Amino acid sequence: MSEEKNIAIKKEENRYYEMLANFIGPFISVIAGLLVGAIFMLSIGRSPLTAYAVLFNSAFGSLAGISETLVNTTPLIFTGLAVAFAFRTGLFNIGGDGQFLIGYISAAWVGYIIHVPMIIHVPFAILFGIITSGIWGGVAGLLKAKLGVHEVITTIMMNYISLYLVAYLAGGPLKGATFLPATKKIFDSAKLIKLMPNIRGSRLSIAFILALLTAYLIYYILWKTTIGYEIRAVGLNSEAARYSGIKAAKNMILAMFISGGLAGMAGITQVLGLQHRAYQPFGFIGYGFTGIAVALLGKNHPAGVVLGAFLFGILQRGSMQMQSIAGVPKELVQIIQAIIIFFVAAEYIFKYIAHKLKENKGGVTSVE
Amino acid sequence: MSNQNSLAVDMQGITKRFPGVLANDNVDFQLKRGEIHALLGENGAGKSTLMKCLYGLYQADEGDIFIYGDKVKINTPNVAINKGIGMVHQHFMLVQPFTVAENIVLGSEPTKNNMIDMKKAIQDVEKLSEQYGLNVDPRAKIHEISVGMQQRVEILKTLYRGADILILDEPTAVLTPQEVHELIEIMESLTNEGKSIIFITHKLKEVKSIADRVTVIRRGKSIDVVDTADATTNELANMMVGREVILEVEKSAAEPGEVILEVENVHADNDRNLPALNGTSFQVKRGEIFGIAGVDGNGQSELAEVMTGLRKLKSGKIMINGKNITNYSTRDIIESGVSHIPEDRQKRGLVLDFSLFENMILGSHYKPPYASGVNMNYSSIKKESKRLIKEFDIRTPNEEVLAKSLSGGNQQKVILAREFNRNPELLIAAQPTRGVDVGAIEFIHKRLVEQRDAGKAVLLISLELDEILSLSDRIAVIYEGKIVDILDIKDATEEKLGLMMAGAESETVVEGGE
Repeated sequence: MSEEKNIAIKKEENRYYEMLANFIGPFISVIAGLLVGAIFMLSIGRSPLTAYAVLFNSAFGSLAGISETLVNTTPLIFTGLAVAFAFRTGLFNIGGDGQFLIGYISAAWVGYIIHVPMIIHVPFAILFGIITSGIWGGVAGLLKAKLGVHEVITTIMMNYISLYLVAYLAGGPLKGATFLPATKKIFDSAKLIKLMPNIRGSRLSIAFILALLTAYLIYYILWKTTIGYEIRAVGLNSEAARYSGIKAAKNMILAMFISGGLAGMAGITQVLGLQHRAYQPFGFIGYGFTGIAVALLGKNHPAGVVLGAFLFGILQRGSMQMQSIAGVPKELVQIIQAIIIFFVAAEYIFKYIAHKLKENKGGVTSVE
Repeated sequence: MSNQNSLAVDMQGITKRFPGVLANDNVDFQLKRGEIHALLGENGAGKSTLMKCLYGLYQADEGDIFIYGDKVKINTPNVAINKGIGMVHQHFMLVQPFTVAENIVLGSEPTKNNMIDMKKAIQDVEKLSEQYGLNVDPRAKIHEISVGMQQRVEILKTLYRGADILILDEPTAVLTPQEVHELIEIMESLTNEGKSIIFITHKLKEVKSIADRVTVIRRGKSIDVVDTADATTNELANMMVGREVILEVEKSAAEPGEVILEVENVHADNDRNLPALNGTSFQVKRGEIFGIAGVDGNGQSELAEVMTGLRKLKSGKIMINGKNITNYSTRDIIESGVSHIPEDRQKRGLVLDFSLFENMILGSHYKPPYASGVNMNYSSIKKESKRLIKEFDIRTPNEEVLAKSLSGGNQQKVILAREFNRNPELLIAAQPTRGVDVGAIEFIHKRLVEQRDAGKAVLLISLELDEILSLSDRIAVIYEGKIVDILDIKDATEEKLGLMMAGAESETVVEGGE
């Protein structure tokens, strides 16, 4: 009788190990990524120590550096959360880049079309951007829920639709009067407040604070509300969710709306906090795709996403200076990122090896 | 060779470990030539593991296997087949659009001029079929023949490959009582022809009626080997479980009240858009357990689904407490006082990666005291879960454990706790004891009877005829999506129900006098 309980305890212990592995796994992957990056640097005759020192220095060496690192981190938190949130419903949102652009152009438009006090203007621009980009994502959820069209296909296709739509809008109907291929500049009342106004050249705005708050909000929604309960139930076992009266279709659409809105926030803050106008895009910036990597690294948990985004922010910030000071091509950072993701994704292999090792040791304790 | 050894199979000291689990612990197993030997044990006792070691699907960590006295090493099923061992799995492995003969020769087809010699294949199959009295038509397509026939095709497949030793894994699970009788005859004719049979089961009655000897396995150890003639079913049950079990369900006569569920001429399709329910009608009253008997695949699953809003009706009407709930959403039906123990607990009944406390409120999670507005109230959820874990004797370290960590019986108790806790007017219990060990079965049966005695209605859908007979107050037999007839428990016998499960009307059953 108590043996049954022992098995459950045993399995429970394994679960804690698994949770521990969730922290250690990405950590090891990052180290591995840096090590492999070092091998590449050595192969082209550069010193990895110098390069990494430059990388670290540029990211943390000065307040301006830290500020710029956080600027790079901000959009990745949003797109990482977008991917993670959809994933909790069992959906794979690859449309982050498209949703980013929709939020981007929407916020820019609201930013210059109306002129109201900041206390209204900023929230309204954000809200409008979230709604449009949320709908953009929600369409994929709707198609999945009602017609069974796979969201990977629809979100990829909608990326291109949004790319050309936004390119048309920014270069056509919404183009400003200047020679720039961009919309008009937004009013000051729509601009996000700077966080470090005393640091020269600091671009860091409250967008970063918003990103952190959003991460907490997403955590709260997922684990403290009925909405999150239903979304997670659908994601883990949609049949059981249906059986218990949870409408899987409704939750898929809702989750894709929220996910789209989150990716949109990356674009919104880009306009309101940094660029102050929407430029005509000629290709994807890649925040949506990097968001997938961030979510993967962060194990689809909001706290993990923040840490993952921070790491990628550091790497991106450091890549420029690595090129100019240590002579390491900035593309090397992309290689490092790719290798980190490779190791995170290949975690199964580590688990398999660990499992085999344990088996050989003969960890037999109980009988089923 | 036979004179020197009367043992077809001799497995000595078999030990098989899985990570964290000792599935077989120094097990001895001996199959005499020409006998039918039952391997009896609860789910997870290790009987399938032992047979998989014999059939080459697993390799034992320790121990030796002798076939007709020769020590052998069986690393793949091919080796097993070459040694004359054949296995009929619980789930058939047949190509549906192929004919019987095509299926049987598949993988070792007779050829002529590099072409498949179908004529010879058909002749071979006919000859084998005749020899063992199997009576199958080699030209019939698999999807046209009954499940019982399909099982015979599986048996023929092993014979065609020259099997002398047959392993049948829970062969009666999918059969009607009549088909079981026929299978027993086939098994006897096989042993008369010198074949030896291992028969895996957890059903005590079958052990008595089919096998010559029985090896009882409990928690990976072989407990005893006895001649079935020398043991009562109760003794076997005690050996299997390791303690005294009450096999009979104790219950008083039903006191049915007013009608609570009315199902009227319901039509619905299955997942493949083929008609599954073809005018099903019946009523269930307060204070009774209404059993639905039938062979698997006659619309039972679909019936449970239309009543719980998981499947759309094409036509017909379902009323609960006088309220028309036809095509209501699942949540509205739950709100109308219906609880549902689903037939597949892992697929539908639980979110395995949720903790127990999260599973305990599935379906009531949006209501007080579990939630206020959109905020979940986890402290009251955990408190309630703790209470239910105690009340339903769920064996778990605490309520935070993931549902997937529990054993099958305890998982089922979680579902039971949740569904009973809604205090339903009507409880739909589909296969409530499937894959659950004897101890838990006792418990579940007791709770179902208590529900009835509390004046609530229970609709019991089960493939286990014994369960239907021991629990129900009235029994409906479903066949091809229609209720063949409804019998009072005092008029119901296994034979009668068996014939009705094969589609015969009750009048002809009576006249047939079987």
